[in-house]
Amino acid sequence: MKALICIGHVPDTTSKVKFTDGDTKFDTTDIQYIVGPYEELALTRLLDIKDAGTDMHITAINVGLSETEPTLRKALAMGADEAIRVNAEPTDAAFVAKQIAEVFKNGEYDVIVTGKESIDYNGGQVEGMVGAFLDIPSVSGASLFEVEGDKIKLEQEIDGGKQVLEASFPFVVSAGKGFAKEPRIPNMRGIMMARRKKLEVVEPVEQNKLTEVVKHYLPEAKPACKMVSPDNVEELVRLLHEEAKVI
Amino acid sequence: MAVLIYTENFDGKFKKSSYELISYGVEIAKQQGTDAIAVTIGDVDEASLKELGKYGAKKVFKVVNPELKDFSAQAYTAVIQQVAKNNNADVIIFGNNPSGRAIAPRLAVEMEAGLAAAVVAIPSSLSPFTVKKRAFSGKAFADVVVNSDVKVVTLSQNSYKIVENPTDIAIEDFTAEIPANSYSVKPVEVVKNTGKLSVTDAEILVSAGRGLKGPENWGMIEEMAEILGAGLSCSRPVSDLGWRSHDEHVGQTGKVVAPNLYIAVGISGAVQHLAGVNGSKVMVCINTDADAPFFEAADYGIVGDAFDVVPKLNEAFKKFIAEG
Ligand SMILES: Cc1cc2nc3c(=O)[nH]c(=O)nc-3n(C[C@H](O)[C@H](O)[C@H](O)COP(=O)(O)OP(=O)(O)OC[C@H]3O[C@@H](n4cnc5c(N)ncnc54)[C@H](O)[C@@H]3O)c2cc1C
Ligand SMILES: Nc1ncnc2c1ncn2[C@@H]1O[C@H](COP(=O)(O)O)[C@@H](O)[C@H]1O
Repeated sequence: MKALICIGHVPDTTSKVKFTDGDTKFDTTDIQYIVGPYEELALTRLLDIKDAGTDMHITAINVGLSETEPTLRKALAMGADEAIRVNAEPTDAAFVAKQIAEVFKNGEYDVIVTGKESIDYNGGQVEGMVGAFLDIPSVSGASLFEVEGDKIKLEQEIDGGKQVLEASFPFVVSAGKGFAKEPRIPNMRGIMMARRKKLEVVEPVEQNKLTEVVKHYLPEAKPACKMVSPDNVEELVRLLHEEAKVI
Repeated sequence: MAVLIYTENFDGKFKKSSYELISYGVEIAKQQGTDAIAVTIGDVDEASLKELGKYGAKKVFKVVNPELKDFSAQAYTAVIQQVAKNNNADVIIFGNNPSGRAIAPRLAVEMEAGLAAAVVAIPSSLSPFTVKKRAFSGKAFADVVVNSDVKVVTLSQNSYKIVENPTDIAIEDFTAEIPANSYSVKPVEVVKNTGKLSVTDAEILVSAGRGLKGPENWGMIEEMAEILGAGLSCSRPVSDLGWRSHDEHVGQTGKVVAPNLYIAVGISGAVQHLAGVNGSKVMVCINTDADAPFFEAADYGIVGDAFDVVPKLNEAFKKFIAEG
């Protein structure tokens, strides 16, 4: 199996979110960047399958400027075999998807794996868009990816339950919760080896910019939490009914 | 031009989220001076279809075809695209739920449309089309401008209120071409979460964390949910430890929920947990530790031991409900 895994370069989940330039841009001061948590699960699952003896070659891809290379190196340190960076600012999901589709066409890959959503703009768009650009099936929010002969067994979240699917190559799937249990943490050997692995830089193809983020807002500050004594729980019930009107 | 809304049905029934979508679409149509129309795939009885008129939809297209029995992102996208083309739809709306997330991005590419995902409000401007969306896992919002002629939107659940707008609704059958190979990823089985109120549908969620010490202590939590007619959810370690099933896990890597009331028992309130619940209208925190970060996000709090507070609270809720 030759897998192309799409790695987002996103702010650490504990980051304090701030904006600059009249709230048009995310303020990157003091921000640590990480491999997106869903992509970590996706890569972990592919590595587990490889370790279990399935023939597997994993290419990590990111669409981004040179500052994303440490994130790609981390994917290599976790165990990906090689990496590709498409040298462009990821302006919107369609742009990113178009680049990934192009790389897929130019290589001999069987499957594309993305995360369920990126944790910055929470779009969950790339997987479906790649599927449409390539005219191949897309499965979103998968909680299972298992090799069964020449087929892959998948589970996809649907409203009120899940759908079990049988897929043949090529297809694109986004990894949700359950794809793997715990994300792998790179060890020293992995980090050393990652330095020597191939990281190829390719130039982007054109794609119209269809959407643009123009302004950010922080949520309105909440009023302080109203404290109720543990010996007067009736007061909480009254507040929820009379003040908050939620029961 | 028209606003087209995909209203998903569940075994022939609509959920509250479909009425939210219609209300939202009708408001945009009003601002544009166009009509809001709906499409649903699968058999729905007339009374349920008429119900969509109550919220202002002018027409609903019903697509009944046994080939579409199982969900396929490719097939469903093709059907909705045909309805959109035939009706010159320029704004197409989905719920930000599993089917919407699977279809909307494909449709956007097919129609060369920009997609605004996880939107939380009516567009602040129609030209340029500017709409507010969730960003940074609820830690912020962003205005996104969609530059294309056709716009695709997915609306976050519980972020737009249902408005009645009674209209005479026309019901029309629609026959769509289904592209070959739409089911090359073959559906084998559908597993439904039966009998359980799903975490994303529940208007009240009772949620508990590692503070409960073990799965054997969930009785009082289940009891609270039962009294309130609420759904159950939990923090990630609780589902990782196998104390509760995975479909109850909420947060950054679990489900994103936005109930009217979220009651958190023995949950510390780590940012990754809050990322999934900060869209709730009202949050209550019950925790022994007065410094637990959840108190900063909560509206109401009790510093106390869950094993003492929850049974007392259950009695108080019971009394409140009995007294109507
Ligand atoms: C990338 C990433 C993604 C993550 N995604 C998620 C996610 O989606 N969802 C999620 O929940 N977490 C997520 N986490 C984990 C998160 O950081 C926290 O570790 C987790 O939320 C803590 O769960 P908890 O509050 O149940 O447990 P703890 O942190 O152990 O807190 C238990 C709380 O219970 C209180 N307590 C103890 N005894 C009692 C008692 N008798 N009565 C009342 N209160 C009591 C304690 O004071 C404490 O505040 C993620 C972490 C990472 C790194
Ligand atoms: N710039 C990028 N480069 C590579 N993959 C990306 C990029 N942005 C997003 N992805 C992938 O697409 C998934 C969904 O992203 P999004 O549609 O932005 O929510 C992420 O989980 C990643 O796997």
